[in-house]
Amino acid sequence: MSKSVAETRALVEKSLRRRQWAERRFRAYGLGAVLLGLLFVVVLFTSVFSQGWSAFRQTNLTLEVFYDPAVIDPEGTADADTLAVADYPALVRAALKQRFPDVEGRTATRQLSDLVSSSAANVLQARLTADHSLMGKHETLRFLADDKVDQLLKGRISRDLDEADRALSDQQVQWIDALKHDGVLSLDFNRGFFSNGDSREPEQAGVWGAFVGSLYTLGVTLLLSFPIAVATAIYLEEFARRTRWTDLIEVNINNLAAVPSIVFGLLGLAMFLNIFGMPRSAPLVGGLVLALLTLPTIIIASRAAIKAVPPSIREAALGMGASKLQMVMHHVLPLAMPGMLTGTIIGMARALGETAPLLMIGMVAFIVDVPHSLTAPATVLPVQVFLWSDSPERAFIERTSAAIIVLLVFLVVMNATAVVLRNRFERRW
Amino acid sequence: MFIKRFLTSSLVVAAAVGSAAYAQAGRDYISIVGSSTVYPFTTTVAEQFGKGGKFKTPKVESSGTGGGIKLFCDGVGAQFPDIANASRAIKPSEVDACTKAGVKDIIEVKIGFDGITIANSKKSPLFKLTRRDLYLALAKTVPDPDNTQSLIANPYKTWNQVNKSLPADKIEVLGPPPTSGTRDAFAELVMDAGCSTFANIKALKDTDEARFKKVCQSVREDGAYIEAGENDNLIVQKLGANPKALGVFGYSFLDANISQIQGSVIDGVPPTFENIASGRYPVSRPLFFYVKKAHIGVIPGINEFLAEYLSPRAMGADGYLAGKGLVPLPAAEQVKVRKAVLGK
Repeated sequence: MSKSVAETRALVEKSLRRRQWAERRFRAYGLGAVLLGLLFVVVLFTSVFSQGWSAFRQTNLTLEVFYDPAVIDPEGTADADTLAVADYPALVRAALKQRFPDVEGRTATRQLSDLVSSSAANVLQARLTADHSLMGKHETLRFLADDKVDQLLKGRISRDLDEADRALSDQQVQWIDALKHDGVLSLDFNRGFFSNGDSREPEQAGVWGAFVGSLYTLGVTLLLSFPIAVATAIYLEEFARRTRWTDLIEVNINNLAAVPSIVFGLLGLAMFLNIFGMPRSAPLVGGLVLALLTLPTIIIASRAAIKAVPPSIREAALGMGASKLQMVMHHVLPLAMPGMLTGTIIGMARALGETAPLLMIGMVAFIVDVPHSLTAPATVLPVQVFLWSDSPERAFIERTSAAIIVLLVFLVVMNATAVVLRNRFERRW
Repeated sequence: MFIKRFLTSSLVVAAAVGSAAYAQAGRDYISIVGSSTVYPFTTTVAEQFGKGGKFKTPKVESSGTGGGIKLFCDGVGAQFPDIANASRAIKPSEVDACTKAGVKDIIEVKIGFDGITIANSKKSPLFKLTRRDLYLALAKTVPDPDNTQSLIANPYKTWNQVNKSLPADKIEVLGPPPTSGTRDAFAELVMDAGCSTFANIKALKDTDEARFKKVCQSVREDGAYIEAGENDNLIVQKLGANPKALGVFGYSFLDANISQIQGSVIDGVPPTFENIASGRYPVSRPLFFYVKKAHIGVIPGINEFLAEYLSPRAMGADGYLAGKGLVPLPAAEQVKVRKAVLGK
């Protein structure tokens, strides 16, 4: 006879406590892991956002300038050459001196004119070149303030420090306070940050150049890697017979997915630049290299998606007299598309964050002009973050974080698009 | 059907892009590569030059001195860079490589000096060091204090063991990795000089130079010297977090962060703008860039770019590069460089 019911029960109850306890412990580990992960994300985001949000606002200085013919065009010729080389900074200096008439001497004048960004002179030049009738007139304009003024107003340069330890002199701080008192210093939305290319002057530096570079580069990557990867996956899954060759190809694809990205950069340098003679620093080459990098990822994901389509669907299609191509195009591909898109997004997200392979092909560079074609020199967002993080000027610290925010937003938008597309194609059975 | 159309159209584009064996025609902007130390200065000039409106803004890559010169020496033609920045003079072996690839005429332009500073947080007292102290603190092997003829593995753990006048803090120095030009200069200007204060090692230099270099320039690997990557800003931030540590980086970073860090006095001379310019500060090096003569007149704007770089408003004593931390050449030498390069 078996053991009595009571005995069995006692045995089960004895182990029950232990098993339940083990389960609770396991759940706690899982929850702990999730919370820890969330904590890291929160810490990262808080540090980035608290550092970076202030870069979206920029100090401006409103000044009344006088387009003095005696300074710009003393001979009254009004020809383009004279206007191109005229001393525009002198106009800015004069406008500042008008506010502080008692400033005398070279050093003091220099310190005073340091309060305004060097872009002020360029603004005046552009306005006068576009409209000659401004000559001899007064105009009230808003200029960018120097990055140090900006940092002082944002509280990132301390007023309590010794003069010798501060980037601004006591005199300059006094002037800034006077300007603020007069209401001509204002913190406004930083439009330049979203419309300019890179600059060595923090107040003029923007992410637009890098953003456009990223768009071009990723565009090339997507157009190349997605169709090639999908075609590869379909062929390998649906058409190719399993031979030693397809096994070899499969092993190689899996290995390629794990190759460090710098190797693809070296390959790009050797092949696209040295053999094909493509231009350095071009988004076209960047896109090609990143396409090589993302191909294996997308192929693997696409194959998994195709494998997940139930065989009954294929058999039904073939049974109804569809050709193999029709079966793939009309039934398998639409059903596998959501999985393929997910794989593509993972690959593209990786490509968006890459800097190492781009170093080899010259995209880690200082580029002021916003790129306007696939072969123009360009850089990408993560490279911009890297370059700014290595700049000595303190104002670049907040801009680095702001560029990271832009990069994160880019990533979120990209992922959201994928989710929307996936939901559109999603089919259930 | 959407998917099919997308697939076919992108396949067509892919084929077009992929098969186009793209031949690069002329280039209408100047291409510059090289040292990350010279990068902040060249980019500033490039931006000013671009704002002049006549030419496009030059493209400046930060590839390191060695990598930059290698690219520069690859050949003549629009796909090769026009100018290479360097934080040291070009080596004879590099000139040979250049000549072999057809790059024969290279113009050397000296733009100014960079001081290498050894700095710590303002929260701690200022260090007064000699180069001998630094050598003893950082070398892998040092002369045995009991018998200076023999070398032993570096036994020093705290600064006061090296020199009694220094604080009793742990030796902890954050510095650049061996791939950096700053490290080369540090090895030459600090370690070699410090180790030459021992007569028997100095004698090695004439008899066995390779061994001399090995003894002097090998940095200890027991954690006292921490390689902090090429990012100098990171070192500055770490110094703020760890007031006991010292950091090694270029003068422009000390200049930009003077509110938080202080440059140690080396051999009795503090690292100030004036001391580096006059050559009194012992750890300073000249900065250069190299121009490919064959490209002048082919790539538009090179002459004008040189004129801008060498103008008093850029590299002069009050020029905008001084504002970025470049220590300018003495006035007489500036005139000489200008004359040699521009012919006026």
